[in-house]
Amino acid sequence: MIRVEIPFHLRNLARVEGEVTLHIEGRVTQRAVLDALEARYPVLKGTIRDQVTHKRRPFLRFYACELDLSHDSPDDPLPESVASGAEPYLIVGAIAGG
Amino acid sequence: MSLVRVLVGTRKGAFILTSDANRERWTIEGPHFGGWEIYHLKGSPADPDRLYASQSSGWFGQMIQRSDDGGKTWKTMDNKFVYDGVPGTHQWYDGTPHPWEFKRVWHLEPSYTDPDTVYAGVEDAALFRSTDGGASWQELHGLRTHESASRWTPGAGGLGLHTILLDPNNPNRIYIAISAAGVFRSDDAGQTWKPINRGLKSQYIPDPDAEVGHCVHRIAMHAKRPNVIYMQKHWDVMRSDDAGESWFEVSGNLPTDFGFAIDVHAHEPETIYVVPIKSDSEHYPLDGKLRVYRSRTGGNDWEPLSKGLPERDCYVNVLRDAMAVDSLDSCGIYFGTTGGQVYASPDGGDTWAPIARDLPAVLSVEVQSVP
Repeated sequence: MIRVEIPFHLRNLARVEGEVTLHIEGRVTQRAVLDALEARYPVLKGTIRDQVTHKRRPFLRFYACELDLSHDSPDDPLPESVASGAEPYLIVGAIAGG
Repeated sequence: MSLVRVLVGTRKGAFILTSDANRERWTIEGPHFGGWEIYHLKGSPADPDRLYASQSSGWFGQMIQRSDDGGKTWKTMDNKFVYDGVPGTHQWYDGTPHPWEFKRVWHLEPSYTDPDTVYAGVEDAALFRSTDGGASWQELHGLRTHESASRWTPGAGGLGLHTILLDPNNPNRIYIAISAAGVFRSDDAGQTWKPINRGLKSQYIPDPDAEVGHCVHRIAMHAKRPNVIYMQKHWDVMRSDDAGESWFEVSGNLPTDFGFAIDVHAHEPETIYVVPIKSDSEHYPLDGKLRVYRSRTGGNDWEPLSKGLPERDCYVNVLRDAMAVDSLDSCGIYFGTTGGQVYASPDGGDTWAPIARDLPAVLSVEVQSVP
């Protein structure tokens, strides 16, 4: 079971509270996590990555295990502790404002 | 008695203000979609309880919301705005070609006759249409592939298609306006387009009377006389009496002819309203006095309307989509400010009162008269 944390506004859109848990068959990659997340919550399509190119939206970051995975290949395997559910996969909005 | 419903889009959500036809006491509901930018929300003329809203965020992109009960509940609709074919390029600020990139929906214009048909004006400039109530969107690509499109250049606010006017008497005729390309008209329901900017003069572009490149801020028409179009350009208030084929200036005695919003009285096609703004470098009213100007002669002769509006220390702006008129016998005029106030006049502009004072910066105002 994969644990995913998504930002406040996306939790509202998806109508979920707290972490989202996903079941993924096969290799656990960022692409697999986002595919599963969007399949379960279609309303999130286009909010995290472009619907056509699947490019990450610029003001979002992907973290796990105190690592910034935002620039990694979407097909790289995620850390084992994420794949096992010990650690969450974090989708984080960039801090901005004033 | 009719219900009046004012739909307000702001930097941080949507608000719905309601009153009876006296328009004296208002209730405010919201924020809907709190924290999101609501560039525009508008009701269907064919079904007033059908509302569409453009919800966007620099973080999370574009959402489209729809209500079938006048804004009580909302449903998230399709947000896939994909340019048809190879998008091509327009001109970037530095003069280089820049790929077309979808950023947001600026304006939603529901059909006069079909609640499920709605047009979306987007940045980078293009026109989309849904015929299934927002469940899917298709680009009317004849506009973006016009031969002039590679020369279109964004204004400071982006290359936004911000105004869509549907001709109520001719379903094949559509007007749109783009900053900073100008006005275009289609006479075949959006398949092909032609620029209609003859008579516009813009000193901020290399050729002041070029076919395209004008920063048109807003256009407006009266439904009973759709061949007459009024325009608030970056500078200059303009008028066309021939469906945009030619334009002439009607700024007349305005203290400044810079501004964003323009609208037409619901029952008097020659009565128009603008909010003069000091300059393109100072986006606030002259002398700290917020004044609407009204012309009862279709332009040139203007009178200031100030009763009930701030007479001092007012430095807000009124954006292009932030003025609307209702259709009651005594026509109501409404506008919102970047300071979060919404002002209403129940008597055609003679007197004004704030109907909301402390909202987030107002991006758009629309009004419905609901039986």
